Amino acid sequence: MSLLEALRTLNLFDYLRELWGPEPWVEPVLDIISIMSLSTFCLLIVLFLIWLERKVIARMQDRIGPNRVGGKYGAAQTLADVAKLLTKEMVTPSGADWAAYNLAPFLIVMTALLMWAVMPFAPQFIGVDLNIGIFYVLSISSVSVVCILLAGWGSNNKYALLGAFRAVAQLVSYEVPMVISLIIPIILARSMSLVSISEAQWIPFAAVVPLSAIVFFISALAETGRTPFDLLEAESEIVAGFHVEYGGMKFGMFFLAEFVSTLFMSSLVATIYFGGYRSIMLEWFGVATGPYLGLLIFFIKTFLVYFVFIWIRATWPRLRIDQMLNFNWKFLVPLSLVMVLVAALLDRAVSHNQWLWWAAHLGTNIVIGAGALAFARRRANRDNLLEDNEKQAPPATASAGPLMEGADPHGDHDDHGHAVPAPAHD
Amino acid sequence: MPVMQIIFIIVSAVTLVSAIMVVTDRNLFHAALWMMLSFLGVAGLYILLENGFMAATQLLVYIGAISILVIFAIMMTRRLMSTTESPYNSQWPWGGLAALLLLGLLASVITQFDSLVPGVGRTAPETESAIQSMVTDLGVAFTASDQYVLVFELASVLLLVALVGSIIVARPDIDPEEDNS
Repeated sequence: MSLLEALRTLNLFDYLRELWGPEPWVEPVLDIISIMSLSTFCLLIVLFLIWLERKVIARMQDRIGPNRVGGKYGAAQTLADVAKLLTKEMVTPSGADWAAYNLAPFLIVMTALLMWAVMPFAPQFIGVDLNIGIFYVLSISSVSVVCILLAGWGSNNKYALLGAFRAVAQLVSYEVPMVISLIIPIILARSMSLVSISEAQWIPFAAVVPLSAIVFFISALAETGRTPFDLLEAESEIVAGFHVEYGGMKFGMFFLAEFVSTLFMSSLVATIYFGGYRSIMLEWFGVATGPYLGLLIFFIKTFLVYFVFIWIRATWPRLRIDQMLNFNWKFLVPLSLVMVLVAALLDRAVSHNQWLWWAAHLGTNIVIGAGALAFARRRANRDNLLEDNEKQAPPATASAGPLMEGADPHGDHDDHGHAVPAPAHD
Repeated sequence: MPVMQIIFIIVSAVTLVSAIMVVTDRNLFHAALWMMLSFLGVAGLYILLENGFMAATQLLVYIGAISILVIFAIMMTRRLMSTTESPYNSQWPWGGLAALLLLGLLASVITQFDSLVPGVGRTAPETESAIQSMVTDLGVAFTASDQYVLVFELASVLLLVALVGSIIVARPDIDPEEDNS
C-alpha cells in the first residue's frame, strides 16, 4: 500500500503496520499515537469552540464579540486567553485538601476525553468499537460526578461545597431520563455499539422517535451544565459553584472539560439520532460514504447540534433549582418511562414491515408528546391559579419561609415553590 | 506474557493497598476516596480478564453510585468530617480473625475450580466471541421466562419498596391540627 493510497482511504495505520513490519512494539506504539492524536484534537478544538460560542452569542445579542486579537474576526482571542491562564500562578488555598483540590481538574478533563474513545468519526475511523459503547459512555460520565465532589469538598469553602451539592443533585437526577431515553435507540438498533447504531439507521432515529431525541437533548443540556441548567453560576447565592476557589489553568481545566463534553454530547446526538457519519440522503442517490465524506458529514451534523446548544445559551433564562428538579422528576422521568414501554412493545409488534414500523413509532411519539404537553399545560395552569389565589389572600405563614411549607393552607397540592422565596429548596 | 503479568501485579497492588488505606485512614473523606481507587482497581482487573461489560458496570455502580452515596452520607453526618479518632478499637483482633476466616473460605472455594488454579486449568485467554456470548447469555437469563426473570423482577420490586419506605421514614411529620395554628 503506497502512502498516497493510504492517504486516500484515510488508513495511515495499515500503512505504518506494513512499513514497520510485525514487530511486537508496533501495536502499542500505534495505540499510543492514536490516543494522543485523538485527545490532542479534542483539546485543540476547544480553542475554536470557545471562539465560536463567544462570536455566535455576541451576534445573537447584537454585539460584535471578540474582534481585536488575530485579525478582523478575533480568531486568536482564545489563544491569548489560554496564554493568560497558563502563565498565571498556581494557587492552592490554605486549608484546602491538597490531593482532592489538585486531582479534581485533571480527573474531570480525563473523563471528558475518555468518552471519545468509542465515537465513530467516519467508517473505520474510531478509537475502539466496543459492543457496549453507550454503556461505556454512561459509566465514564458518571465518574465526573466524583470529580465535582472532589473539587467542592477539597476547596474548603462552603460556597464551593454547596455548589458541588447542587451540581451533583443535577447530574444524578438528569442521568435518569438520559439513560432511559437512550434505551429507545438501543431497542431500535438492537445494539449498544455506536457503529451498529449508525449502521442501523436507514432513516434517522430522530425521525422515528423524535421525543426520545428531545428528552435526550434536554438531559444532555443538564448533564453538561449549560443554559438553562447552569444553576451553578447563581452569583448571589453560591458565587460560581464548585470551582469558585480555582484560578489560572486549574480553573481552565474545568472550562475545558465543559466544552469537550458539550461537543461530545452534540456528536452523540448526531450519531445516535441523526445517523452519524452516514448521510441518508446521499445514500438514496447511491453515493458511497468514504472516509473523508464521512468525516465531513459527521462534523457538519455535530456542529449543527452544537449550534443549537449555543443558541439556547444565548436566548434562554436560567431555571430555579426547584423548577429544575420538578421538571426532571415529575415530567421527564415519567415521560421517558412511558416512551420506553411503548417503544419496546411496538418494536416487538410491528417489526415485519419497516414502513409500518416507522409509522407506528412516529405516530405514538406524536401522540405521547401531545399528551405530555397537554398534561404539563394543565398542571401549569393549576399552579398559576393557586399562585394567584395566594397573592390575593396571602396566608399568615407565607413570610415564615421555606421551613413552614407543611403549614401551607392548600395542604393537598404538591410543592411547586409558589409564593416561597427562590432559595427555598436547596 | 510478562507484560500482562506486570500490569496485573500493578493493578492488584493498587487495589489491595487502597483497600488497606480505606480502613486505616483517619480522614473519613480520604477513606472514601481510597475506596473508589480500590473499586477502580477491580474494574481494571475485569478489563484484564477482557470483560468490558463487567468493568463498565463496576464503574457505573460502585464509583458512580455507591461511592457518591457514601460520600454524601459522610458529608451529611454532623462532625464526622473533622474526627481525629483512631479507626481502631478494642475489637480489632476479632475483626482480623474474621477476615482471616473469610480468606480461608474464599481460598478453599477458589481452589475447587481447576480453571482458576495457576498451572492446572486452561491458560489460553477467553476469545472475544466467548466473552460476547457470555454477556448475551447474561442478558437472556434476566429476561427469559424460564430462567431468572421472576427473581429479577422480585429484586427490583424489593428495591422499589425500599425506596418508598425510605421516603416515608424520612418524611417530616405533618400534624393536621397544627396546620391552622
